Amino acid sequence: MILFLQQLINGLSLGAIYALIALGYTMVYGTLQLINFAHGEVYMMGAFAALYLAKWLGVDQNPSVPGVIVVALGAMVFCAVLGMTIERVAYRPLRKSSRLNMLITAIGVSLLLQNIGLLAFGALQSFPSLLPEAKWELTAGLVLRSQDVQIFSTTVALMLALHHIVERTQIGRAMRAVSHSRDTAALMGIPVDRVVSFTFAIGSVLAGAAALLIALDKHKIEPTMGSAYGLKAFVAAVLGGIGSIPGAVAGGLLLGLAETLVSGYIASTWRDAIAFILLIGILLYKPSGLFGKHTVEKV
Amino acid sequence: MPPPTGPAARGPLLGYALFAAAIAAVWGIEAYAIPWTDPYLTGIVIRIGMSLLAVMGLALVLGFTGQFSLGHAGFMAVGAYGTAMVVLHTGIHPMIGVFFGGLAAAFAGLLVGLPTLRLTGDYLAVVTLGFNGIILVFIQNTPALGGAAGLTGLPVVTTFGWTFTWVLLGALFIRNLLNSSHGRVFAAVRDNEIALRSLGVDTTRAKVIAFVVGAFWAGVAGGLLSLYRASIFPSQFQFERSIDILAMVVLGGTGSLSGPLLAAAALTALPEVLRPIADYRMIIYSLLLIVTMIVRPQGLLGGKELIDLFRRRPAAAKASGGKAA
Repeated sequence: MILFLQQLINGLSLGAIYALIALGYTMVYGTLQLINFAHGEVYMMGAFAALYLAKWLGVDQNPSVPGVIVVALGAMVFCAVLGMTIERVAYRPLRKSSRLNMLITAIGVSLLLQNIGLLAFGALQSFPSLLPEAKWELTAGLVLRSQDVQIFSTTVALMLALHHIVERTQIGRAMRAVSHSRDTAALMGIPVDRVVSFTFAIGSVLAGAAALLIALDKHKIEPTMGSAYGLKAFVAAVLGGIGSIPGAVAGGLLLGLAETLVSGYIASTWRDAIAFILLIGILLYKPSGLFGKHTVEKV
Repeated sequence: MPPPTGPAARGPLLGYALFAAAIAAVWGIEAYAIPWTDPYLTGIVIRIGMSLLAVMGLALVLGFTGQFSLGHAGFMAVGAYGTAMVVLHTGIHPMIGVFFGGLAAAFAGLLVGLPTLRLTGDYLAVVTLGFNGIILVFIQNTPALGGAAGLTGLPVVTTFGWTFTWVLLGALFIRNLLNSSHGRVFAAVRDNEIALRSLGVDTTRAKVIAFVVGAFWAGVAGGLLSLYRASIFPSQFQFERSIDILAMVVLGGTGSLSGPLLAAAALTALPEVLRPIADYRMIIYSLLLIVTMIVRPQGLLGGKELIDLFRRRPAAAKASGGKAA
């Protein structure tokens, strides 16, 4: 039972990270019907941006809470700019061409960023602890780490902010309109290009936050972390129903739990396979995902 | 008997005579030229042959049927390990083992394709990408397959002659498939799936057929690879390998068979010729993919074959006029 509860904490912590990244996939898919493969690489770049910013500001030498907040904001802004640049340079020229072409471009951007990362940053780098770390033993054998608390609280705060933006602001309403029908939104005078750009920015900001959280938790970052986490976060988005924001959160948490339970009770070597087994299962029985709406194809 | 039309008008006999002549030429080169050739050069040519086989399969799936598969190296892995198991545990001729390797890959393609090909192409991309990962996890965790350390002690039988015999067989098979009624259904799936469904055509079945055939030829390429250097490792079949093959098909031209084959030969030989750029290979590939999609999305020979470039103008004009009507 203690083991199960411990896996529950670890799983929710991992799942929150997946959820933050999955939101970027699901929002872009909602507006452009594109799997933005480069999203995982935006997340990776966010981690390295945080590392170099922390070193440049000296936050790694004398950690402080305001310092960490500055690093976090810096990494998030960097990711937002990177995400918007990718959309402007690589995806916008292809807005009218086939989905296959956009998908190939997305793969190209993802590979490009990952290999630039490998050349520029090398293989693996350690990430300093910027915040004091503590472990609380709740009962015998059940440990709650301060990193888990950081991840939960930040994720919940960001989700509430996202909910506010999407449901209560003008730009959020425009985003929902564009995802409903891009052409109709354009006819109603909604600046579609600007809304798409904003969608990329929001998704990338969440990825940047996830990158800093995972770097502070694991203390190592590498150029290939984008493809590892990115792909699974995408699976989480599909699991919850691609295009659905609550679905991405639910899918992320579900996938995080499934992975930790598999590595806890079966074998950690099979952990990486469970995401795709879940994916194929959901595609077989409910292709629209847990929260997805069934869509009718129109000619 | 109605008069034959289309590509068959030239007569099937001529085609098969050409094919027999090509096979004879391959074995002639094997017997008289290969012993005098630098083994390093022969090695490059054999590797080009394997790329050709893998690329043919993906050209069929991606170029002609419009389905985005990202796990072609996974099918090569199934073919390679399937061949290795058959060759190591039975006494049959290794080239029959390669055939069984191809069948194993085709079966894997059926398992992956059946649930996913019912849906839109995006899901196929993710599932095949995941399949590539799972198959490597599976191999690394199976002691009987050598685990992460790889499988050694295989016979070395992949020669120039065998490789290009398979290449010619593959090219003939895929060309004939494309010229059959299946081939026209594949092209229709790519161009307008909904319209085709409304005509009562089982599009899922067509997509699964293309996918399984593509997987078979990738498996053959993997089987030849396993019998080339006496050992195979899971790391030979990583995602990067799938991207190599994808880049060859996209750059060569979607909807063309000779274009991707040309690109496969060029991109396999290029890193050998230009050693200094080998480290930047993936960066160059990714940039080529992005720029090609923006500037020339149909690739080098989009929708055309090499032979079309040498045909007389009026024939080409008539063909395009017929399409517009």
